[in-house]
Amino acid sequence: MPVLLIHRRFQAFTTQLGEIFQLLVESVRSLRYERPSWKDFLNQLHFVGVKSQSVVITTGAATGMVLCAQTFLQFHKVKMDTATGAVVSIGMSSELGPVLAALMLTGRVGAAMTAELGTMKVTEQIDALRALAAHPVDTLVVPRFLALLASAPLLTAESVVVGIVSSWLVGVHLLGIDSAYYLVNMTRYTDPPDVMTGLIKSVVFGAIIAVVSCYKGLNCQGGAEGVGRATTEAVVAASISILITNFFLTLFLARVFYP
Amino acid sequence: MIEVRNVSKTFGTQQVLRGVSLDIERGEAVVIIGRSGGGKSILLKHLIGLLQPDSGTVRVDGEDITAMDERNLLRVRRKYGMLFQMAALFDSLTVEENVGFVLRRQGLESEAEIRRRVAEALEMVELPGIGHKMPSELSGGMRKRVGLARAIVYRPEIVLYDEPTTGLDPIAADNIDRLIRRVWETLHVTSIAVTHDMKSARTISNRILMLHEGRIYSEGPTAEILESADPVIHRFVNGISTPQKPN
Ligand SMILES: Nc1ncnc2c1ncn2[C@@H]1O[C@H](COP(=O)(O)OP(=O)(O)OP(=O)(O)O)[C@@H](O)[C@H]1O
Ligand SMILES: [Mg+2]
Repeated sequence: MPVLLIHRRFQAFTTQLGEIFQLLVESVRSLRYERPSWKDFLNQLHFVGVKSQSVVITTGAATGMVLCAQTFLQFHKVKMDTATGAVVSIGMSSELGPVLAALMLTGRVGAAMTAELGTMKVTEQIDALRALAAHPVDTLVVPRFLALLASAPLLTAESVVVGIVSSWLVGVHLLGIDSAYYLVNMTRYTDPPDVMTGLIKSVVFGAIIAVVSCYKGLNCQGGAEGVGRATTEAVVAASISILITNFFLTLFLARVFYP
Repeated sequence: MIEVRNVSKTFGTQQVLRGVSLDIERGEAVVIIGRSGGGKSILLKHLIGLLQPDSGTVRVDGEDITAMDERNLLRVRRKYGMLFQMAALFDSLTVEENVGFVLRRQGLESEAEIRRRVAEALEMVELPGIGHKMPSELSGGMRKRVGLARAIVYRPEIVLYDEPTTGLDPIAADNIDRLIRRVWETLHVTSIAVTHDMKSARTISNRILMLHEGRIYSEGPTAEILESADPVIHRFVNGISTPQKPN
């Protein structure tokens, strides 16, 4: 019996993975059939990009500050105080910046998308859309998908910059690292590939958030409770996918940029 | 125009449709009757490809829509207008944007012309001047009528009405019946309605199909079905819950 249960769970999991991938393909293919509506796209861009800034800035600042303090406290023991800036800047731009910004976006934007599409599904609005000869992917998924692709790297960059600036403030003004050394070491060790790694990751994470949240919304079933369940599932699934993908992207992009 | 053959549909363990077959000709006005929970709404959704049957086929103008992917189905659905049982208005759009949804997407007409046609459609359902409201600000009956306006404003060839008059007061219901009849007569649409209201059925149909136990139990001209002596139909039409014993 347990074997059968595991088998069934695994089958459900792979089916979903396949369907999510199909939704991704369909979203890309959709651009061939129909030009996305500017109005919907701009609305989503406003919601995803403009309104997520406070969350992303706070996250970036908090991360930059603790990372700086903790690195300094350890490095101070071996008299490497001035290398703190380099660690913060590389860590922020290639790992923490994109991952934390993506996780915050999952909570703020992904959850809202699932809840919205899920409500439309359970109130037959998705069926109404289809009956009016509009493809849900064209009208609902694509604007959200594009908005996330466009916003995620910008928000990540913003979060990284804020993180680095706040780490400089903490390092120089609070912990007493020499500003010149801090900056020189930071720019010496941080290479363009580190920044590129972070930006490429953020685009991938943006796509994951959009596709997973829209998938969970469009396949939602059964009333208010169903919408709630779908939203939870979307946040969990997207977050975990982001963390797992991040690991492989780190390995992969390191190969690409430092062969 | 629409040919349904042996359509079956099961949800979980409940077999809702058990081999439904029916034909609807171009320009007909058909009413589908049957018990609540009998699968009428499900059947309507099969006619427009919103649901796919477990077995059986649905043909529209000779094309089998059960073997089609969603993109091709969109093309077929352009022929249709549909009023949903719960209206299913887009709650993030105003009434005016709901009704003008298809016209704006088609983009064939100027904005002024679209506005004019939307206003005209809202007038037809007796709701002039509510274009700026949101669906959440409307009563159930008003939503239904906005849904009706949205279904007919772009002049589809086939219109599906799921209980167009439930939840309306008798006068509004009569008006909607007349409107459906007028749409059928003047625009030459094929009209397919689900209703529990026999008075309404008399006005808006020339043929009645009765769905009973997952199959088409009986069909015939409106007057014939409404006067039928068949016990199942008679009880349904006259609303008798238990078979009457002869005294
Ligand atoms: N998505 C679904 N999942 C599971 N069962 C469903 C689903 N939709 C409908 N059903 C079942 O199918 C049956 C037929 O539903 P349907 O909505 O077609 O009834 P109806 O004839 O339109 O009834 P009414 O006159 O009350 O609107 C019901 O018993 C319902 O429980
Ligand atoms: Mg129904």
